[in-house]
Amino acid sequence: MSAILLQGAGAGAATALSPFNSIDPNKLVVPSRSSLSVRSKRYIVAGSDSKSFGSSLIVRRSEPLIPNAVAAKADTAASSTSSKPGHELLLFEALQEGLEEEMDRDPHVCVMGEDVGHYGGSYKVTKGLADKFGDLRVLDTPICENAFTGMGIGAAMTGLRPVIEGMNMGFLLLAFNQISNNCGMLHYTSGGQFTIPVVIRGPGGVGRQLGAEHSQRLESYFQSIPGIQMVACSTPYNAKGLMKAAIRSENPVILFEHVLLYNLKESIPDEEYICNLEEAEMVRPGEHITILTYSRMRYHVMQAAKTLVNKGYDPEVIDIRSLKPFDLYTIGNSVKKTHRVLIVEECMRTGGIGASLTAAINENFHDYLDAPVMCLSSQDVPTPYAGTLEEWTVVQPAQIVTAVEQLCQ
Amino acid sequence: MALHLRSSSSLLKSTLLNILRQNLGFGSRSHVTRHIRQNLPHDPPLRGSRNPIRRFCNTVAEPETLSSFGQHEDASNHQVMDFPGGKVAFTPEIRFISESDSDRVPCYRVLDDNGQLITNSQFVQVSEEVAVKIYSDMVTLQIMDNIFYEAQRQGRLSFYATAIGEEAINIASAAALTPQDVIFPQYREPGVLLWRGFTLQEFANQCFGNKSDYGKGRQMPVHYGSNKLNYFTVSATIATQLPNAVGAAYSLKMDRKDACAVTYFGDGGTSEGDFHAALNFAAVMEAPVIFICRNNGWAISTPTSDQFRSDGVVVKGRAYGIRSIRVDGNDALAMYSAVHTARGMAISEQRPILIEALTYRVGHHSTSDDSTRYRSSDEIEWWNKARNPLSRFRTWIESNGWWSDEAESDLRSRIKKEMLEALRVAEKTEKPNLKNMFSDVYDVPPSNLMEQELLVRQTVNSHPQDYPSDVPL
Repeated sequence: MSAILLQGAGAGAATALSPFNSIDPNKLVVPSRSSLSVRSKRYIVAGSDSKSFGSSLIVRRSEPLIPNAVAAKADTAASSTSSKPGHELLLFEALQEGLEEEMDRDPHVCVMGEDVGHYGGSYKVTKGLADKFGDLRVLDTPICENAFTGMGIGAAMTGLRPVIEGMNMGFLLLAFNQISNNCGMLHYTSGGQFTIPVVIRGPGGVGRQLGAEHSQRLESYFQSIPGIQMVACSTPYNAKGLMKAAIRSENPVILFEHVLLYNLKESIPDEEYICNLEEAEMVRPGEHITILTYSRMRYHVMQAAKTLVNKGYDPEVIDIRSLKPFDLYTIGNSVKKTHRVLIVEECMRTGGIGASLTAAINENFHDYLDAPVMCLSSQDVPTPYAGTLEEWTVVQPAQIVTAVEQLCQ
Repeated sequence: MALHLRSSSSLLKSTLLNILRQNLGFGSRSHVTRHIRQNLPHDPPLRGSRNPIRRFCNTVAEPETLSSFGQHEDASNHQVMDFPGGKVAFTPEIRFISESDSDRVPCYRVLDDNGQLITNSQFVQVSEEVAVKIYSDMVTLQIMDNIFYEAQRQGRLSFYATAIGEEAINIASAAALTPQDVIFPQYREPGVLLWRGFTLQEFANQCFGNKSDYGKGRQMPVHYGSNKLNYFTVSATIATQLPNAVGAAYSLKMDRKDACAVTYFGDGGTSEGDFHAALNFAAVMEAPVIFICRNNGWAISTPTSDQFRSDGVVVKGRAYGIRSIRVDGNDALAMYSAVHTARGMAISEQRPILIEALTYRVGHHSTSDDSTRYRSSDEIEWWNKARNPLSRFRTWIESNGWWSDEAESDLRSRIKKEMLEALRVAEKTEKPNLKNMFSDVYDVPPSNLMEQELLVRQTVNSHPQDYPSDVPL
């Protein structure tokens, strides 16, 4: 899979105030946003549409549908234009591969968290790393999220690049103080003297009967914190790419993984690549309606898309990936094309990513909307343990189909 | 997993013991053999180590010696049990460990109340140059605090917090460290910065938040920070710097630097969860960090009797497996010796050290506080006069012929003049540009922040009379 070589120079950042108007939508590379993560180094950056690389820069239309909601086997979509075969792996292995590559590349990268060392991590993302890099560089910590997050911050201020793992994102509520007051702020309050290039990652979201305390959606609580960036991965491809980009970023980045997506299988390129942290991913181009989603809900949306196509609709599905800041460039272009927006998220109704995204779209693209922005979210309840109830707190494909039909009347 | 047979004892017993060991987790030898490590940062000397199971430093498993656990073989009870964590002897008596010892942990001091050297005291010798610098910086700190405090009272500064009464802790501890040691302060340790060369002008710039402030005017006064002096920017939240310091120590350990992390906090800070977690982490990680607690008796209005019920802070160290010492915080020589020794231990043995420095907060908590509301002014006066750290140390350096009244008055008048000039200059210096409100949130301002800055500027343009005149646009 050939990729676009980007020499990031940070140019263009100062002037682009309304980037949607000033940039040729056919160009895959966008200067203003990439300056945040691609600095003066050379990277191989994958653009948002992972499927249409090579000489053709035109966004492709006749995309084969993803047949399954949750991809069980490697399907045609990811590797349709590969020139090289790539290799197949599961999402947690992709994360591990990305992490290992970065640890090989930069001796300052280290990992800390509970059971990440010899145990290999609760979801095996750090498997084998302690054996390879030693148990000081892949550090098992006692149980105190605030303390090891604080440790990571202190280590980052002294020159390391820690990857802090929360065994479950919900546990990072205990680290809120360090994340909000120190991680997000110290670069600012120190006048730029100290940088905090940490990556905070872990699985979150509603799983299979994990109970209310282990089904938290932390992205809605963290989204206000100034100074941090948030990204959510959803495929092995973007998991590895985002992991690598997050580690290389000078800003603190929170990488949201999902408990139910760790066993997704996909074929990813053999050669090195990273994904842009601030970019959204075009999953399925369309004409009738823009569906914005991220993480696990992407698969529910794609399943609904299958039904919708059979009913004659042409939805455009975008995996927003960057939760803070939103990629309003990609989203805006889509809204201008389709004039209808449906947001499908796993966060709760109140104060979630969907709520902020609805506000951002209404504010910025009001004139382009033919219908009010609709947002499908989970209810404002703690996640029940009972499987049947749990299923209905999460947005299901049937609801998505109904919502699209309603919006497209 | 290899069975290591002991040749001396019976085969059956040792086999049984080994099976037991292997089936248990942490603390058993099998745990160690499972983790034979290569490529480790360093092998620190094992002298003085009483912990046979050491992590993060060994490249081969340590041979276990049963005797190292102290087998108890009293007549009534031959049994010891290999619980996770090591052998524990049993006792048939129901005996609770007392909540406190009958005697409090004694406090290390070298100079008595009158500044005379106590006979047979152990201390690290200081040269004349260092001693005079320690004393001069203590005087400078005192004058700086007084003048800034007055400035706030006069309305020239918005806020200030003094370190009056704690000058010895500030300066003497800094003197015992090297410039490579990284400092994580709470907010009552400007003396450490002062020792390292932060000028009075730089202090004033931060307090006034002008464009020469390294923090670019973003924080309130006394929230100093200087990366070139290895003094990490003050974060107002209590005790959050402790885990940060452990992280920095971890980083130094990885790089095998001849330096340690040092962090300061008050008695109140020891109630925060971060204190306990950081101590625990530092002990487990064998991190070279020195925890210095300024036990000054008060956390705003909360006396230590309402803060904890243990014998101060020093006893908490043992609970986490940390070597600790209690020092007279108003004795500069004792502080210097304690920190100097602690630093040596922390780096050569790769372990954390806890120092509880007993002192008294002579000033109010800050300019937003009037401490006479909760304590008697007699008490404050007594500590300020009879227990003053400056006068004690001054007596000692004068007894060595290193100081005089003339030197004192020269110093004081010079510093006072310098301070007033620094204040004057800082007050007049322009404030940072408005764009600094939006820069450094990230490495590069994202589009939403650029939009927001534009909005602010538009608002300012349409209402210029409501906008302060000394903040350039």
